[in-house]
Amino acid sequence: MSTLLAAPTKKPRTTMSKARKPTTSPPSRKTKTRRSKATAQTLAGQQREISVSEFFAKNRHLLGFDNPRKALLTTIKEAVDNAMDACEEGGILPDIFVQVLQLGETRFKVTVRDNGPGIVKQQIEHIFGKLLYGSKFHRLKMSRGQQGIGISAAGMYGLMTTGKPVLIISKPSKKKPAHEMRIKMDTSKNRAEVVSDEVHQEDDKLFPQGTGTQVEIELEGKYLKGRQSIDEYLEQTAIANPHAHITYVTPGNETRTFPRSVDELPDEPKEIKPHPKGIELGTLIQMLERTEAAKVGAFLQNDFCRVGPSKAKEICQTAGMTNMTWVKNVGHREAEALYKAIQEVKLTAPPTDCLVPIGSKALLAGLLKGVKAEFYTASTRPPAVYRGNPFQIEVGLAFGGELPAQETARVIRFANRVPLLYQQAECCSFKAVLDASWKNYELSQPKGSLPLGPLVVMIHMASVWVPFTSESKEAIADYDEIRKEMKLALQECGRKLGTYLRRRKRMQRESERRSIFERYIREVAKSCEKITGADAKKLYEALLRQAERRTAQADQQLDDEGRILNETARLAKDEQVVIVPAQQPDPANNGNEIGESLFENPPKPQRRKTTKRSRKKPRSPRRTAKRK
Amino acid sequence: MAKKRSKKTPTMKTPSPRTSPRTTPGSSATVTKDRDKKTLMKIDELGEAIVKSSLAQRDPHVDIPMRTVSNTKFNKSKRILEMGSNAQRRNLFNLSMAKKFMQTVLLADGCKDLIEAGKTLSLRGMYYKSLHTIEGTNEKTFNDQSESDPVLEDLEVSLGALREELHVYARKAGTIAGNITLIDSGDEIDCRRMGSGGYSIPSICEPNIIQFKKCEAKFVLHVEKNTIWSRFNEDRFWQTHNCILTEGGGQPPRGVRRLLRRLHEELGLPIYCLLDCDPWGHYIYSVIKQGSINLAFESQRMAVPDAKFIGIRAEDYERCELSDDVKITLTDRDITRAKQIAEYPWFVDKKPWQREIKRMLANGFKMEVESLITKDISYVTETYVPQRLEERDFLD
Repeated sequence: MSTLLAAPTKKPRTTMSKARKPTTSPPSRKTKTRRSKATAQTLAGQQREISVSEFFAKNRHLLGFDNPRKALLTTIKEAVDNAMDACEEGGILPDIFVQVLQLGETRFKVTVRDNGPGIVKQQIEHIFGKLLYGSKFHRLKMSRGQQGIGISAAGMYGLMTTGKPVLIISKPSKKKPAHEMRIKMDTSKNRAEVVSDEVHQEDDKLFPQGTGTQVEIELEGKYLKGRQSIDEYLEQTAIANPHAHITYVTPGNETRTFPRSVDELPDEPKEIKPHPKGIELGTLIQMLERTEAAKVGAFLQNDFCRVGPSKAKEICQTAGMTNMTWVKNVGHREAEALYKAIQEVKLTAPPTDCLVPIGSKALLAGLLKGVKAEFYTASTRPPAVYRGNPFQIEVGLAFGGELPAQETARVIRFANRVPLLYQQAECCSFKAVLDASWKNYELSQPKGSLPLGPLVVMIHMASVWVPFTSESKEAIADYDEIRKEMKLALQECGRKLGTYLRRRKRMQRESERRSIFERYIREVAKSCEKITGADAKKLYEALLRQAERRTAQADQQLDDEGRILNETARLAKDEQVVIVPAQQPDPANNGNEIGESLFENPPKPQRRKTTKRSRKKPRSPRRTAKRK
Repeated sequence: MAKKRSKKTPTMKTPSPRTSPRTTPGSSATVTKDRDKKTLMKIDELGEAIVKSSLAQRDPHVDIPMRTVSNTKFNKSKRILEMGSNAQRRNLFNLSMAKKFMQTVLLADGCKDLIEAGKTLSLRGMYYKSLHTIEGTNEKTFNDQSESDPVLEDLEVSLGALREELHVYARKAGTIAGNITLIDSGDEIDCRRMGSGGYSIPSICEPNIIQFKKCEAKFVLHVEKNTIWSRFNEDRFWQTHNCILTEGGGQPPRGVRRLLRRLHEELGLPIYCLLDCDPWGHYIYSVIKQGSINLAFESQRMAVPDAKFIGIRAEDYERCELSDDVKITLTDRDITRAKQIAEYPWFVDKKPWQREIKRMLANGFKMEVESLITKDISYVTETYVPQRLEERDFLD
């Protein structure tokens, strides 16, 4: 919010240049006479209000519409985010349909349809035609959208590039027909202009479940595959939202489906009031102006969380007032004192039941579906707080399998289940991955770089307010508290990966060693028979027994800290770890195609040495493995 | 050669003191038989030890005396190199040794075969004999000969048996000509009538194969390589100076060294060496005189502690007024090697040698024997060697 209000960046620049001028070129008569003097009056004629939508129309890169390719992706992203939020709030398992239709070389029509609760007719024009209008900004609740800019900005971009209005078809009730609206945005007034408003007849086909919304936007764009593409965005969305079913029709008219792998909706996140420690002075003053409470004590108790009567009293006393001080009497000086007092008084951390993490199990399900690897682990940190906002970090790791072995690891980032595709290097999560010492987990990591190896790192931040570095929501801001939690989660997963890799290495070494011995002892036995006349078979068996005993022993000795541990059992018991034994690709598994396209050049399936132990494992299909 | 020997066994000559070269036939066969029996017993012991520890679930091993400088001792009274007592244990159940262990046993088995059949094979032959693909894999028992040669040497030292006793011989190199008549496997060889090529020294020069029949020569001149040997032979040096001419193709193989030793020991001939003035030449001299580090366990039978070094000397550049063209600059490797040699215990106490090496290093260049040819084709045979011999000017 604060960035938005302070947004016009031009202003400080002009004052700067004015201030500098005298020093760079000393005033001389000539220049003075040449300049036409602007008086306050003439300037006042040019000064007028800038609407927020006008500002963003000019600065569309702030919202993620920098170039045609990104514009197309952002449009889909905003529409899908809204659709998912709507479904979840309506308690409906999301069933989302995305279609990108190529009309011309650079012209596309994007259609996104959901089975959510629909939108009432009166609200459509506001939601889709006004920037900064929405249900999500004025509350603290975990949701994908935050500001209420996204979809209207997309519509605005479409209108600016093609001149075509946004088409919305919505059916909020089973009994009533759907309404169909075309909306244009008036950028100077930040208001919607309704072009047409009709009843849509054939709505049963669009909304078989009785409710839903469809948005159609025509825009200039560019469709490319690969990294940072629509395909990648939807793949990652499927990983972070295993409860959603997504159908995607590509510009090439192929249909790809991302099936649902978890049949339960995540819990409904609770709305919370702001925590006193998380607000700034300006916000406090604003809240004081807007509050319905008459007295400061009541204001603190009602408008904030974690403030009870005694804490309210304590704060007031520290600030030099009482519970009963009238709110209207609080001026700037008093507000400042109040703010200081809040910082001094000890308060309980904000409630964290407002956060709904994906959960280790669902995370593993999503990863299993989306990434073809051999080892998966996930960890969910307990909730923590930054600047008074509760948040929770989750990390998932996938290693091995068909992931490219020679490249650096891939980091896939999510904020409130929304994939973040751009500005990786700016993101707190990326820095946390760099920070972790992967060498401890049996991976090589060149200095200042991501670890090398067949690894995918997934980081998810769930929060009532995700601190993005810009309005286009591409990277998470680097707060110490957030970075620390991410690191801890990465370490937790890393340790498990390390254990697994060490075990795997050991198993390979052991079986290698055994096979070398097995190879040679037959020769030794034969030669000894010829030299001494001893029975070769008996000798061979004796030596073989010894080889097996020795390799098993050597195995135990190699354990960490000299302890004899049964690590296989320890990892297998861990609910947050899934190990997929090496096997031939299962054609029935839909996850495969996702996994393959997630990496542009999937490496050819290498025949890994199947170690004795892994051979013994039942060849269970991947899907059953993850559901147990 | 092996065939010939077995055919003619009855007429073979005994190990031959020079007084009576001929003894009764058959005795050498008995000697051979006894020796073979002993070797077979040694191989058997090795096998039995492995079987015993295998059946007792212990890690089978072979102890191999180390052939390194650190495990080589210079016996001052005998003036030869001897092998120390340090041994390396080769285990089967050790990843880095498993294959070598298998190869050792395999070669032991191969040698047993050879001895029982009464035949001999070259090192390369031995490699082929034991070469096969290991059952159930595509791995071969040996990758190439360079893998089997050192293992065979290991076997020699660990059994305490000589290569000849294992019925294996090495590459043949070395030539002889001069006033001597030999018997090689029963054939009489007159080394005065060997033409321009000379008689090539067999790799096994044990008394049961080579006997000395008649010798008029007064000394042996050993030169480094074939070019110089041919020079001496063409100039009939052995005739004019009544000597024996030998050559070892660089580092002399065992056959040559054994022959030199026997010529010295049995016929009482002094040995003079004409070698290059470089660290490698010095080391060849050291090998002839004290024995080599690699075969320290055989020095007893090979070394000629009284051998003398005629040249080329570092001072010869000035003394013989050689041209600049013969100088070969010492490389860094030469310099390190020269310093190494100077520090060997059998060189360290010899002041003339220390001076010689110091002089060479000060010169900064090395010289080959061939450099004397720049003076005159026959300078080396007509002037250089006769002068040195007359002045008794050599290093010891």
